[in-house]
Amino acid sequence: MAVPARLPRIDLSVGPVLRSLLLGVGFIVGAVAVLVLLGLVLTQTETAFSWSGYAQQIVSGLSQGAIFASLALALVLIYRTTDVLNFAQGEMATFTTFIAWSLMHHMSYWPAFALTLVIAFIGGAAIERIVIRPVEHRPEIVIVIVTIGLLIALNGLSGWIWNPEVKAFDSPFSNGTTEIAGVVISYQELGVLVVCLATVVLLWAFFRFTTLGLVMRAVANSQDASRLVGVRVGWMLALGWGLAAVLGAVAGMMAAPSQFLDPNLMLVILIYSFAAAVLGGIDSPIGAVAGGLILGVLINILGTYVDFIGGELRLPAALVVLLIVLLIRPQGLFGHKVVRRV
Amino acid sequence: MPLLELNDVRARYGPIRALHGVSLRVDEGEVVALLGANGAGKTTTLRAISSMTRTSGEIVFAGRGIARRSPEFAARRGIAHVPEGRGLFPELTVWENLRMGAVGGRRGGFEQEAKRVIEYFPWIDRRRDQPAATLSGGEQQMLALGRALVSRPRLLMLDEPSLGLAPTVVRELFAIVQRLNEDEGLTVLVVEQNATIALEVSSRAYVLEVGKVAVEGTSDELQRHEGVRKSYLGY
Amino acid sequence: MRRYLSVAVGPALFVVGAVVVALLPRFMGEFRLLEFTFVAIYVIALLGLNILTGYSGQISLGHGALVGVGAYVAALLSLGRPGLELYQLDPPSWIPLGDGMRPVFTIPIAALVTGVIGFLIGIPALRLGGVSLALATLALAVSFPILMKRFSEVTGGGGGLNLNLPETPFGWDISTRHWLYYEAWVTAGILFLAAWLLVRGRIGRAWRAIRDGEVAATSSGVNPALYKTFAFGVSSAYAGAAGALFAIETAYVNPDTFPVSLSILLLASAVIGGLGSLAGALFGALLFEFLPIYSQEPPIFSFHFAEQAPSVVFGVFLIVIMLLLPGGVAGLFRALAGAVRTGRFRRRSDTSELA
Repeated sequence: MAVPARLPRIDLSVGPVLRSLLLGVGFIVGAVAVLVLLGLVLTQTETAFSWSGYAQQIVSGLSQGAIFASLALALVLIYRTTDVLNFAQGEMATFTTFIAWSLMHHMSYWPAFALTLVIAFIGGAAIERIVIRPVEHRPEIVIVIVTIGLLIALNGLSGWIWNPEVKAFDSPFSNGTTEIAGVVISYQELGVLVVCLATVVLLWAFFRFTTLGLVMRAVANSQDASRLVGVRVGWMLALGWGLAAVLGAVAGMMAAPSQFLDPNLMLVILIYSFAAAVLGGIDSPIGAVAGGLILGVLINILGTYVDFIGGELRLPAALVVLLIVLLIRPQGLFGHKVVRRV
Repeated sequence: MPLLELNDVRARYGPIRALHGVSLRVDEGEVVALLGANGAGKTTTLRAISSMTRTSGEIVFAGRGIARRSPEFAARRGIAHVPEGRGLFPELTVWENLRMGAVGGRRGGFEQEAKRVIEYFPWIDRRRDQPAATLSGGEQQMLALGRALVSRPRLLMLDEPSLGLAPTVVRELFAIVQRLNEDEGLTVLVVEQNATIALEVSSRAYVLEVGKVAVEGTSDELQRHEGVRKSYLGY
Repeated sequence: MRRYLSVAVGPALFVVGAVVVALLPRFMGEFRLLEFTFVAIYVIALLGLNILTGYSGQISLGHGALVGVGAYVAALLSLGRPGLELYQLDPPSWIPLGDGMRPVFTIPIAALVTGVIGFLIGIPALRLGGVSLALATLALAVSFPILMKRFSEVTGGGGGLNLNLPETPFGWDISTRHWLYYEAWVTAGILFLAAWLLVRGRIGRAWRAIRDGEVAATSSGVNPALYKTFAFGVSSAYAGAAGALFAIETAYVNPDTFPVSLSILLLASAVIGGLGSLAGALFGALLFEFLPIYSQEPPIFSFHFAEQAPSVVFGVFLIVIMLLLPGGVAGLFRALAGAVRTGRFRRRSDTSELA
């Protein structure tokens, strides 16, 4: 691969980093405030309300939301670099999760996990070069259909290679629970949350502090300008797809233990992740992560405390929320307004 | 042997033909100006060199053919093309934009080259973290020039650097270009509508009309040429 | 002479097609007849989708849900219970409901209701750009089966609604299958002509102007909002009509008949058939019916694409077709026709460079 063969350079300028951290902290504080307020409301309206139960739901929601966030980030990554809405992102994740499943029959969890990420990376890059590259310049609808074709093909392929029976998937986290400040949290949920967020943070660090990350950000900003300074844009796009595939693989492997592994593992999660990405702003990585977490918590709370929604109408409820946000703020929470230049 | 040579280059955008056989050359160490009215094909010529149009004909740079390749290819061989609109990365900071100049894998370490650039544009050092989109037009042009220099190019191509800039800024910019050429031997091909200043800084010039070279010669000759004076110099 | 030819080709082909459709039943058994009835239904659905996505440039991943809406409306009407009893209202007396409406009348009403719903959807859709619109319509498609199951008092929930197979009217001496075949194709024919008139008229031109450049269209005096929502309405009306016919034909509607995969596959068929061309709807419908992506008949799509090798083939097929024939099958025919007409083959001009 024609990537500069030097070690990534570390570049630290304090200003913007500090600013991002402060914004992040502010956001978290704001979110906590909103949740506390909501809890206060619920103490009035719900008969069987307990703060520890509420907190539990929030943590569950965060854990699930972390999975949405990972896949949403993958979607945004691809959208920003190649302007493509990758409908096959979920199926790519499922496929790599199946590969992990096979690997785990021959080696222990974490080595299999790592190897799967490598395979996912190569696979994602390969798909970009082979399937997407030829249709890059075609109208949007053509590319949409191509990714849908990919979705259908991968879904069938998973079922064909590994047979469509539901399988159990190992989790590296123990089954037990722990108690923090009176709130019972399962290790599984905590583990998922930590792994997903760690992946996201690592990716952020990659983009922020390494030369390669800078080049990719430049390509997302302007492909033409990148070419003029000598960047091999094609390889950067493949790299973007590779990284997105890695994110998807993490999401899949984190979701599989509780959702069980079959070819349709990620179909519904993909829709939630799409919603999260658009909610956060389809061109904003932060938005994807925030959107995922918000959506996870929101549907958990709505599902638990609003009888009308219950367990069945969670997905439509999430989509209604999304639609309302989009109507008020079409660019999503963190996205940029599209200026129409005449 | 000239550093850059174009032989009967024709270029088109889809079905629209923009160049109808342009031949020109740039020798090492020269500043050559490409003049002409709007739509004459000046920008297209630069874009053809950078393989951004459909071209036929020969384009030879440092002994190698570079036509019909890709912009990356031309950039990696040492052609720094500063396009119309400057080609900056608006959301990246000033410093990050500068860094991007070095990723084409050319010789010279970034830190060293960045120091050089700061000597010409000291303000860059003070405004490292500012997003490029918030710079003024003149600053953007200078940053674009600085970024081009970071890659230690063999040929610098400037497309209408004076566009949208105040006359004093334009003077400053061209003074720097002149210094770069005289002190460091940088070869420059500059496309300009502002023929006056372009002819002051260049040693030779070509005038394009409707996609072909209409007049060519040394800058002195062109400054005295009646047609050029009337059409492009305003007297 | 040449100009006469190119003007006459369209109507001539239509007449030829009509004759073929009329005579086809003589040559096939009941099962084939059923398949071709479904082709007619899909033609109607795809005409609508073509109008929305091909002519006015708005991507919809929710067309299947609108077909479902039409199906449910038609089913409820023919069962005589349009759901108003939930609110203790009697249906207005001027609707010929009786014990259940004659199926044939349910078609235009279903189309109208779905059309209105579509128009209402089109209004907020204006605020959403390409990506968001695709997602919003996907949201509709995903939510539809869930909602149908949830409001089971009206919709019969998961069990669905069973209808009676319609009787042949006027005591004609043909089998029900035949009657349904002709009913579907006549409707398709009428709607095809309607679409043709729309598309070649002012409205169609406005749509194409908007699709190709909304800002430019606005400055030529076209009000994009009006035309775009109208496109949504018309497209949904077509979907509703298709849905009604579907309900009549299968005599059974249930939520799982209209999952998200239906919307996705409809869009894929529309694109492969050829967007921006009404004939594309015909090719797309043929593809949809005869390509083996489902394993039962009448076609029932599960949310899960068929988990067998055929879906791998179908997925790859989609990709390959997009690589080779972005204009779809209709585009291929047009190119061939153009080559024949001008006597030579011209390469598509490349638009990959920027001006």
